[in-house]
Amino acid sequence: MSDPHDTRPAIEFRNVSYRLDGNGNDARVLLHDLNLEVQHGETLVLLGRSGSGKTTTLKLINRLLTPSQGELRVDSRPILEWDVIRLRRMIGYVIQDVGLFPHFTVARNIGLVPKIEKWNTNRISKRVDELLQLVGLDPEIASRYPRELSGGQRQRVGVARALAADPPILLMDEPFGALDPITRAELQREFLDLQKRLRKTVVFVTHDLREALLLGTRIALMEAGRVVAVQTPEQFRNSTEPLPSAYKHAFGTGS
Amino acid sequence: MNLYQFMLQNHTEVLELTLEHLWLVGISTVIAVLIGIPLGILITRYPAFNKPVLGGANIIQTIPSLALFGFLLPAPWIGERADRIAILALALYALLPMIRNTYVGIKGVDRAVIEAGRGMGLTDRQLLFQVELPLALGVIIAGVRVATVISVGLATIAAAIGAGGLGEYIFRGLAMVNNQVILAGAIPAAVMALLADLSLGWLEKRLSPS
Repeated sequence: MSDPHDTRPAIEFRNVSYRLDGNGNDARVLLHDLNLEVQHGETLVLLGRSGSGKTTTLKLINRLLTPSQGELRVDSRPILEWDVIRLRRMIGYVIQDVGLFPHFTVARNIGLVPKIEKWNTNRISKRVDELLQLVGLDPEIASRYPRELSGGQRQRVGVARALAADPPILLMDEPFGALDPITRAELQREFLDLQKRLRKTVVFVTHDLREALLLGTRIALMEAGRVVAVQTPEQFRNSTEPLPSAYKHAFGTGS
Repeated sequence: MNLYQFMLQNHTEVLELTLEHLWLVGISTVIAVLIGIPLGILITRYPAFNKPVLGGANIIQTIPSLALFGFLLPAPWIGERADRIAILALALYALLPMIRNTYVGIKGVDRAVIEAGRGMGLTDRQLLFQVELPLALGVIIAGVRVATVISVGLATIAAAIGAGGLGEYIFRGLAMVNNQVILAGAIPAAVMALLADLSLGWLEKRLSPS
């Protein structure tokens, strides 16, 4: 399914809304009528301020949340027809707080899904080594516990864990947001290298315009639960529309 | 006659009552673990049961122990033997710390860890057994520890309905106005409580993920 010649979108939102079901009138609409397509092998960045619906959009894709209305397709198949466990195992998930299992070593963290998928031990430890190298870590780190790692190392392990069973889709929710600027720049560069090689379908959430311009093949700008513009970084840089301009102004980038 | 001589002279009886005491506490604790921990897990899954379960266990706690022993006397099968009544009552009292600590322990697991686990496609069962329970184990054992220590003390009252245990000496000593006899029951019970506290405390530390 990660076939780059496949012209159908990997992920497709059709008039998707999501609201929190409160009692009666206080139902809050978090996403309005979302339309969005993510192509195979691209990095779509969801850019927007806090509370604009980026994370909600992301969680709809791996069904941590279920759409209230509209249709969401992954791999051309309506999300509700997927077995939710199968769906999640073909979608890697990386979050800002990483969420490594503190009672597992790095190796067990990375190897958990392969183990559940009943790979044999040999294949798992090979895969762990391979992934650690892929994310720029010394394979010797495999026997350590998460608490013994630095923030940057943890997030690298988080990425390795998400890639463990070679999922075609990767969801990343402000993965580098909690890192110091130097480590962040390092990981962003490594992400670009990685993505050049792996060609995953990536949906990447950030509120950092520079990160969006650097990593995205396209940028979906979100505001108050709506997608207000979908542009390539180039178009975004040259845009004179009010909202992109406001972002560029805030970040001091662009003309 | 001092306490030491009394215990020495009656060492078979002291041992017997201590073992009886241990039996009452041990069996009731095992029963409370087997019921309380699953109930604690249940209310993390079905929040609707949260209030009735914790509320019910709370209400049991408020019943004076002597009254609870009395209430259970007319119960079928249970009421036929004093030790059954005592075990049931002690198990009921131990329930609240078990349920509450299981619930709090699981709810206290870092949300990012849970979300990562769910996001990577763990089933609820895998999440529970591989992530939530191991990470909550320290808190759960702390509940077992509290319940056990309370149980050792409460079990002395079981002697009032003839269930045996170290309370026999305490009640006998009270009746005889003899402090030595009271202490012959109270001191082994206190030692038992301390040992339970220390050993379960050690286990709690060992099993807590740091």
